[in-house]
Amino acid sequence: MNWFDKLMPGSIRTETSSKRAVPEGLWAKCPGCNAILYRAELERNLEVCPKCSHHNRLGARRRLESFLDPEPREEVGADIESVDPLKFKDLKKYKERLAVAQKQTAEKEALVVTCGCLKGLNVVAAAFEFKFLGGSMGSVVGERFVRGIDMALEQDAAVVCFAASGGARMQESLFSLMQMAKTSAALGRLRAHGLPFISVMTDPTMGGVSASLAMLGDINLAEPNALIGFAGPRVIEQTVREKLPDGFQRSEFLLEHGALDMIMDRREMRDRIADLIALLTHRPRP
Amino acid sequence: MDINFLEFERPIAELEAKIEELRHVGDDNALNIEEEIERLERKSQDLTESIFAKLTSWQISQLSRHPQRPYLMDYIERIFDDFQELHGDRTFADDHAIVGGLGRLDGRSVMIVGHQKGRDTKSKLYRNFGMPRPEGYRKALRLMTMAERFRLPLLTFIDTPGAYPGVGAEERGQSEAIARNLQVMAHLRTPILCTVIGEGGSGGALAIGVGDRLLMLRYSTYSVISPEGCASILWKNADKAQLAAEAMAITSDKLKELGLIDAVVPEPRGGAHRDPDAAATNVKQALLSYLDEIRDQDIDQLLTQRYERMLGHGRYSE
Repeated sequence: MNWFDKLMPGSIRTETSSKRAVPEGLWAKCPGCNAILYRAELERNLEVCPKCSHHNRLGARRRLESFLDPEPREEVGADIESVDPLKFKDLKKYKERLAVAQKQTAEKEALVVTCGCLKGLNVVAAAFEFKFLGGSMGSVVGERFVRGIDMALEQDAAVVCFAASGGARMQESLFSLMQMAKTSAALGRLRAHGLPFISVMTDPTMGGVSASLAMLGDINLAEPNALIGFAGPRVIEQTVREKLPDGFQRSEFLLEHGALDMIMDRREMRDRIADLIALLTHRPRP
Repeated sequence: MDINFLEFERPIAELEAKIEELRHVGDDNALNIEEEIERLERKSQDLTESIFAKLTSWQISQLSRHPQRPYLMDYIERIFDDFQELHGDRTFADDHAIVGGLGRLDGRSVMIVGHQKGRDTKSKLYRNFGMPRPEGYRKALRLMTMAERFRLPLLTFIDTPGAYPGVGAEERGQSEAIARNLQVMAHLRTPILCTVIGEGGSGGALAIGVGDRLLMLRYSTYSVISPEGCASILWKNADKAQLAAEAMAITSDKLKELGLIDAVVPEPRGGAHRDPDAAATNVKQALLSYLDEIRDQDIDQLLTQRYERMLGHGRYSE
């Protein structure tokens, strides 16, 4: 099995086994080129391998910290929390799964929204935390996203969203599905107000998140080699009963098929996204 | 038409078989047999009612995909006059899993868009089991915006296992096609009335399901993932689909309780397939009465309400 397969989502899993082959903190092995990297250096490099530019997953908070200007910053909808509307229980209770995810990630939910500036431009930036139940979208994710858009409308700000999600959250069933409609409707309002939405798809962006907010960018970007699609590769493989082509549903594949405007290196995003927003809003290069 | 009975209907099936048998025995004592048949028929009806009064979510899920359940075309021919089917997305293909077109509902023009499943093997393949590809959603989109341009109320009918998970569908942007429809429907300047007539399968269903009112036939279902899919992911075992169906609240009565749909359209005794004419009459009645509520409303007001309705979906604490 190659490393792609190991990292594939579909089921909700946290990345542990493949990445942590080298024990304890100090060193990390790049899943792209197998180089042994100094952990601190990798972190400084936004989790991008300095040797082969492989993009490892980046947590929501770290993403926003590295993307936005240090000041001003205000988190949007931080107090909104899940309530388990269906009293859902599979092998575990949904409440327990939430509690575990909260403890593991130190986040209350799978989306962090921050209102701030990007090189001086007003921006509302949202980032999915994939480690929180696979970045799945339930009521709270939808509501935080919409509050972010409301904030953008108030402040005449652009919206940037970094997606990383397995899709809709099954434990909230139809409430989750409706978040697709809700976030898409809100983006429609942003669009009507002439404010830009830059959608950045990171590994992975699948299912209900891909089939709603993530694909609705005025400009759709992706990080290199991210898995992006509607149906998971395993589901497709079972349906068509054949081996999927190499690179299927990867960023480069989507670019080739016209779903993306461009693929962008994480380390260039601050500069290049700021300029995209400036270009769209008739401002000089920030 | 011979009725295809489901597992939980076995006692009914046995009674019906007995009735059928009696009908075929000699006419010697015709009177007694007539009486006996009548008695058994009443019993079968009572039995059906009592079984259907306490269906589990899983049983309803089976009914929603019953092989004899009326599909979109069955309703169209019974409900609308002068239906003219319109084909194609103008870009790539005509997707047969989505049927759309113009028609008259009680004399007034409407646009109709819905999923279409096939009945026999050949038509199942032709309709791709009711699973649209991006061109299906883009055909739907074309018809929706046409409805807007001509101020035709849009009536959509949902009945799909989901959007098709295939290589070509991904290449042509299944996600984008669904997402675009969600956004356009949320702001489409014409009244939209959505009805789930069978299987409401996730994003593939929602992609024609955003509107001013959402109705469900009593034995239809609507969920974020199929019970089997949910079971195989969360229970790691597809055989736990019954549990998943229960946990996900996929039935019309539960969704009504949760405030996610506006109304439940009643079905004839034993389900829509037992009497498609009666089912269609119920659907027509519901369409007329709910369309009445929204048809003549000021469009800006309607759009504001639709937007608030979309934004109101979700449960959280703060």
